Amino acid sequence: MEKPVLIREDGLRHDGRRPDELRPIRMEVGMLKNADGSALVQFGKTKVIAAVYGPREIHPKHLTLPDRALIRCRYHMAPFSTSERKSPAPSRREIELSKVIREALEATIFTEYFPRTTIDVFIEVLQADGGTRTTGLTAASLAVADAGIPMRDLVAAVAIGKVDGVLVLDIDEVEDEFGEADMPVAMMPSLDKIVLLQLNGVLTREEFREALELAKKGIMEIYRLQKEALTKKYLMYPEE
Amino acid sequence: MPKIYVANRQIVRPGDLLAEGEDVKGGDYTYRVGNKIYASILGLANVDDGVVSIIPLEGMNVPKEGDVVIGLITSVGITNWIVDIRGPYKAILNANEALESFNPITDDLRKYLDVGDYIIAKIIVFDRTRNPLLTIKGKGLGKITEGKVIDVKPSRVPRIIGKRKAMLNILIEQTKCTIIVGQNGRIWIRCPNEELEDILVRAIRKIEAEAHIPGLTERVKRFIEEEKRRLGIA
Amino acid sequence: MSLTPTSQPVMPRLKRNTLISLLKKGNRIDGRAPEDYRPITIQLNPIPKAEGSALVKIGDTMVMTGVKTEIGEPFRDRPFEGVLQVHAEYVPLASPSFEPGPPDENAIEAARIIDRCLREPKAVKLDELVIIPGRKVWIIFNDIYLIDHDGNVVDAGALATMAALNMTKLPKIVGIEGDNVIIDRSVRETPLPLSLNVVTVTLAKIGDYIIVDPNLDEELIADARLTMGFDSLGRIVGMQKMGMSGFTRSELDYAIDLAFKKAKELHELLEKVLKNPETASKPIV
Repeated sequence: MEKPVLIREDGLRHDGRRPDELRPIRMEVGMLKNADGSALVQFGKTKVIAAVYGPREIHPKHLTLPDRALIRCRYHMAPFSTSERKSPAPSRREIELSKVIREALEATIFTEYFPRTTIDVFIEVLQADGGTRTTGLTAASLAVADAGIPMRDLVAAVAIGKVDGVLVLDIDEVEDEFGEADMPVAMMPSLDKIVLLQLNGVLTREEFREALELAKKGIMEIYRLQKEALTKKYLMYPEE
Repeated sequence: MPKIYVANRQIVRPGDLLAEGEDVKGGDYTYRVGNKIYASILGLANVDDGVVSIIPLEGMNVPKEGDVVIGLITSVGITNWIVDIRGPYKAILNANEALESFNPITDDLRKYLDVGDYIIAKIIVFDRTRNPLLTIKGKGLGKITEGKVIDVKPSRVPRIIGKRKAMLNILIEQTKCTIIVGQNGRIWIRCPNEELEDILVRAIRKIEAEAHIPGLTERVKRFIEEEKRRLGIA
Repeated sequence: MSLTPTSQPVMPRLKRNTLISLLKKGNRIDGRAPEDYRPITIQLNPIPKAEGSALVKIGDTMVMTGVKTEIGEPFRDRPFEGVLQVHAEYVPLASPSFEPGPPDENAIEAARIIDRCLREPKAVKLDELVIIPGRKVWIIFNDIYLIDHDGNVVDAGALATMAALNMTKLPKIVGIEGDNVIIDRSVRETPLPLSLNVVTVTLAKIGDYIIVDPNLDEELIADARLTMGFDSLGRIVGMQKMGMSGFTRSELDYAIDLAFKKAKELHELLEKVLKNPETASKPIV
């Protein structure tokens, strides 16, 4: 496929968004029967479901830690989620992303409350259109909250890109593939802490500062939507 | 003067700023960073005498010594049983906390309690360095042989019991059932007939769904009365 | 190598007794009659990026099937046929007893049952999927994803698969240069050629009682299960007995008649949904 026009003459992106505009976002919490906590998050066409089990004891016992809970995190893409079918076996990319997502969750979960247990976080990408790890982490932190596991803050995440020289918020697959930089960022917004940060591409130091500001802006909006999603089911009143 | 940003019974989420100030105090499910107190869980804020704490709306029950729990035997050893009490940790019931005398060489524990049995037990030791220890020696404790056990969200247990057992008493009076509520979110019921058992289960599910909405005790009372009327039972 | 299952959830004795005493009175623990399915919801095309997809909920069991189409080589002994591959993943999201890792024997068995039920009656017209005979054909990947486990994954998986295959449209072939077939995935015109629909009906035997669509609790105490595939012509296109006990001949006769009746209902449901796809577009999840 040849490179499409990423920034149009009117300054809008290939899908009509402004550079600082998020894709349409949808969040649902607690939809799975089995999982202790679950969430589904959609950013545009990217659709990810996350589930949490735990804290729970797993065997063998010798793998646990005496003073805190272990976190097991698996980021995985369904074979039908990508343009070409993806083999179900874990790829190197999935293994790396499982690690950075786990580390972001380690920063927020109060693991010291549950020694010798495991908290399992499973993320499945059902449809991939850019920003799957940030959507996955956003969903995972909602699932942890839905499971009632104590945490410092929700984690909200988004990917910034640079396309045709312009910094853009919440890149999709086309912008990721043909852009000059892709920077996923995740934060605990209340504590103003960055818990996931990667860069794939080239940015000047000034561009990086701007990109971080843009990320923060998007993250505050995502954070607001997360909070709404969590309380949605408690705001329905019965008829008296 | 501490600034408190939440009202009593307001729904809060992890990371919500609850209060700020030098001498502000944070209770359960809150944490402090400098002068600020944040929520660490999804729940209802409880503002009492200048202390802000959270009552969880979701999450596991963390066992406490003295809790009465309803456990499920999941495996049998030579000198103890392993019991599922729906928390992060499996509990252990040692033979000497269940039987008067026990000889591991001649006695087979499975004769007394087997995999799949429910027990009403009390937590005698729990300190996070090891698994909770249970006993079934005591009044009202022991193996469950009849009736029904249902699982509810552990965070709803206080509401099912109610202030000074108000809710629980209504359930018992109105349905004439025997009800034992385990702190771990398991409830044992034994009812005079199937209709009353069905009404009781539905009343409990109603409490589970509406626990965060005020006026629940009255609503549940009316619900049971209407159901009994509808089915034509006293 | 197959091993006796050890990590199953423990079934409380009280619950087992209640379940069986209810069955004696012709009732089930969730209020159903022995021949009733749980409520079934179907969502078509939940994954528009895939060439075909469907999400099915039977009670609380949730299964998603995604269909991806690729260009590839045919099997050497079948040069004039496309290739159909059916895989299933019981992802760890779906149950507290699932561990991450390669598919276990239950997932593989489910995939192979559904595969056989499609392949034997030639539900997918593989002979119409040839591009360059002997060299390039369409490969149809059918991936079944169990998302929430509450029993009877096979029926949900088969229904999701059949719905997804019905929704599948092949990408446009824009050019053939020698052996190289170039496709444009953004353009999908040709519906996947299907000759008929297939559904499966699963029954469980608990003592002397036979029930349709066992939920997880019923599966755990069942002596044995039987899955039967039926095509739209009413023929039996696959059978699998599962579980560690057996059926008597008369039980089998009864089961087949009952399954045939239920299969007709499932076919009707599927056809109704496919005729009115707008009714099945609301997200279930």
